[in-house]
Amino acid sequence: MSTVIKKFTRTVPHWQPRVRPVVLAEATEAQLDALKVTPSNTKVSEYVLTLAHDVESLKVRSPLFNAIMYDEGGLRRAERELGAIGASLVNGCIFCAAVHASRHAQLEKSEEVTDRLFRDGIEARLSTRDRAILDFSTALSACPSQATDAQMDALRAEGLSEAEILDLILSIALFGWANRLMHVLGDPVRPEAR
Amino acid sequence: MTAMDTTVGKHADIEEGSPLDVAIRGRADIFKMTQAAEDAVLRPHETGAWPHPLRAALAARIAALNDEHELSRHYAADAAEFAAHADPSTDGGDLKEVVAFMEKVAAQTRSVDAEDISALKATGIDDADIVRLAELNAFLSYQIRLIAGLRLMKGASA
Repeated sequence: MSTVIKKFTRTVPHWQPRVRPVVLAEATEAQLDALKVTPSNTKVSEYVLTLAHDVESLKVRSPLFNAIMYDEGGLRRAERELGAIGASLVNGCIFCAAVHASRHAQLEKSEEVTDRLFRDGIEARLSTRDRAILDFSTALSACPSQATDAQMDALRAEGLSEAEILDLILSIALFGWANRLMHVLGDPVRPEAR
Repeated sequence: MTAMDTTVGKHADIEEGSPLDVAIRGRADIFKMTQAAEDAVLRPHETGAWPHPLRAALAARIAALNDEHELSRHYAADAAEFAAHADPSTDGGDLKEVVAFMEKVAAQTRSVDAEDISALKATGIDDADIVRLAELNAFLSYQIRLIAGLRLMKGASA
């Protein structure tokens, strides 16, 4: 038995599905197409094989995810990652928090911000700009949203443009989605337990 | 289709030519892909155990839990014979386990655990149908936050 991780960590866990993923050898043509499986590319993660049960969603979600997180212009990529981290902390998605903390650290070439978040939680001391982004991210991730006009004003006061705020909203909202797949359909387990 | 013709565009009620409208036009592809995602989870060709009107009812229920009442009415209009499930004050009747699962995933996401999935399996719901429920729920969460965020942008810039 592998050990399920219960606390946030910056070490990216292994994701273990709670349902049986699609078996590649039994996949339908539509599934293979959505998985982009070719003779030279047969490596597909268990997560994607799990989502392949709903092939129509999988097919539209991947390009949307990439556009929101990676399209040029607008909000800096590290700040989109901070929005993703804020959502993941609220939703308790240990896997997403670890993956996106690691991306944030790579983009910023520093683990300082994410170290603080893992050590001190969402009240960690941050720059005023990061604080405004994180406060808005955690509030918008609540159900119902607790985000306020004052938090929106704080983003503008930190110099975020309309385009940047839109990108932040998109990344936070996207992780409302991603967290509800990752955290609901599988468990984060210790990598060495594989 | 423009960004304003999508469900999000209509529900955020953006004024043409406003700074927010300009920002949205810069991400027009994302708004179109968002609408394609709505079509894929609300009205897929392959529905599994969840017909379109039931999906609409569950979407309406999740929107209501998020205090997005206008969006909830929009989805409830397609709920047909499942309309009762759109109202969070009902218990889901025959679909009690499904409705309880959807509410927990939507509103108490962090407390969802392996037992919630086992409980669905115990009622005979297969793996593919569990993934379909999660995708519907997860998409709604995204769409609702996008609408709520845009509304705040609009309010604060007015």
